Amino acid sequence: MEQDIKLLKGNEAVAEAAIRCGCDGYFGYPITPQSEIMETLMQLEPWKTTGMVVLQAESEVAAINMVYGGAGCGKRVMTSSSSPGMSLKQEGLSYMAGADLPGLVVSVMRGGPGLGTIQSSQADYFQTVKGGGHGDYKMITLAPASVQEMADFTVLGFELAFKYNIVSVVLADGIIGQMMEKVQLPPYQKRLTNDEIREKYPWATLGKPANRKPNVITSLELDSALMEQRNLNLQKKYKEIEKNEVRYEEIACEDAEYLLVAFGSSARICQKTVELAREKGIKLGLFRPITLFPFPTNEIYAYTNTVKAILTVELNAGQMVEDVRLAVNGTIPVEHYGRMGGIVPTAEEILEVTEKLIAK
Amino acid sequence: MTTKDIIKPENLVYAKPSVMNNNTMHYCPGCSHGVIHKLIAEVIGEMGIQDKAIGVAPVGCAVFAYNYLDIDWHEAAHGRAPAVATGIKRLLPDNYVFTYQGDGDLAAIGTAETIHACNRGENIAIFFVNNGIYGMTGGQMAPTTLLGMKTSTCPSGRQEDLNGFPLPITTLVAQLEGTRYVTRQSVHTANAVKKAKKAIRKALENSAEGKGTSFVEFVSTCNAGWKMSPAEANTWMEKNMIPVYPIGDLKDK
Repeated sequence: MEQDIKLLKGNEAVAEAAIRCGCDGYFGYPITPQSEIMETLMQLEPWKTTGMVVLQAESEVAAINMVYGGAGCGKRVMTSSSSPGMSLKQEGLSYMAGADLPGLVVSVMRGGPGLGTIQSSQADYFQTVKGGGHGDYKMITLAPASVQEMADFTVLGFELAFKYNIVSVVLADGIIGQMMEKVQLPPYQKRLTNDEIREKYPWATLGKPANRKPNVITSLELDSALMEQRNLNLQKKYKEIEKNEVRYEEIACEDAEYLLVAFGSSARICQKTVELAREKGIKLGLFRPITLFPFPTNEIYAYTNTVKAILTVELNAGQMVEDVRLAVNGTIPVEHYGRMGGIVPTAEEILEVTEKLIAK
Repeated sequence: MTTKDIIKPENLVYAKPSVMNNNTMHYCPGCSHGVIHKLIAEVIGEMGIQDKAIGVAPVGCAVFAYNYLDIDWHEAAHGRAPAVATGIKRLLPDNYVFTYQGDGDLAAIGTAETIHACNRGENIAIFFVNNGIYGMTGGQMAPTTLLGMKTSTCPSGRQEDLNGFPLPITTLVAQLEGTRYVTRQSVHTANAVKKAKKAIRKALENSAEGKGTSFVEFVSTCNAGWKMSPAEANTWMEKNMIPVYPIGDLKDK
């Protein structure tokens, strides 16, 4: 429908998509560069239309724990934040992982460490993909490279979260959150009723009817044998996700002799680098992981027969490059090029680095 | 009357509440938690809200509260119960949602969550067991530990210049516009138990009416942590705790 196409910021697209995909609740705390998500929700007042709850919490810690509470009731709940705020949410995310709860977190990265900068960065790859909180856990991580994908991954993030009872993270950065593009918004889906939730998610705590045992949302188990089994179950779930949910995009990769690997905003810039390289006759391709967990390990390895070297481009000191190196397992050289502190490289700058790598 | 007559159902005058199950409690003999658990179970049963009650358990001695009351539960991270309860109640406004927390959980690590849930006037009941000590971790100083009171992390007694003052969190939340009913109770005598039960009922009833947060403190003993017999602990509590944390309603609007 025509009215479903809008010119929006990435952050605004998240808010619009959340309301449309039947989200039951958003709990957040303001932090640049993602505050437009809650601001847009408050302006749209979805509690008057779909019944979605929107609440400004007293901290990121409280917000993620409100999500924990809502998720335990089988509701589609979400929060969003940026780097310093995401550090605070790690406690709640670990508890959600331990209790097998579904939920959506939109993380719009800015530069760190510490208070850092409000400018864009991709330095929270490790924090998100490797499990920034305590314990052995993972979260499905979707890396949007456009405003369209901010909307699409909000919907997909919820779908995957409820398919596997896991937290999905939309890992964007300041550029994707702030830039404006045309976006096709998703169709409206009805929120589930409590009866539908009881039917679909028998573990949900909606109050104990006489005919079932109490439902308890907990990550606590003091019997080591049972706690090990809980961990094994989690690992089994992660293996299943690795098998089924890998997503990626390949641009000019068919005949590529050299490969750029980049995600999110870096991939957008690299797309231009590939065009510039092709104009110069350099057979350069771009491999863009869309899911950072599960990482497209096998798909990258498949290029080791045809590609001479890989350059990863990230807005950090070299994080995803470790997973690319693990993927190629020493077969071909993998180098990293990164800018930090809010500096974003140009397409020409990346081409220069690529040409140096080729000359080696 | 013979023993056989006594156990006849028609002679039954007192029974374990139906909401309470048969799991063996992990609490130390003499601990106040058992009585407070029983009272909450009784009230839920008498109000007929077992199918609508959702509890949020803390980190602390009551971490396993969910093992004893047959209702739906969430186990919260340390101090976060009021935030978890906020999420639940906002999404399930027709349910009865309560937290059950100790002093370290509610008045130290969870102070922000406590104050802000109360200030927003979340329609939840907060049950706060104050025994002035961290029981589960082995008797360390709590925010509510009395001046001069000895714990494993203030072995010569709490000193105001080093450790600050006992935090009167209940007095604080009573000042907030969002709270509707704030009371301090205890369960160390039969009479106190009766009054505490009434307070629990009022708090849960309020939470359904949507007029703000109800907050019930139970001034309690921790005879194991205090290194006293249960009887000594009760006497010590009356003499030392209650003057600092006086029993009675602070607010009922």
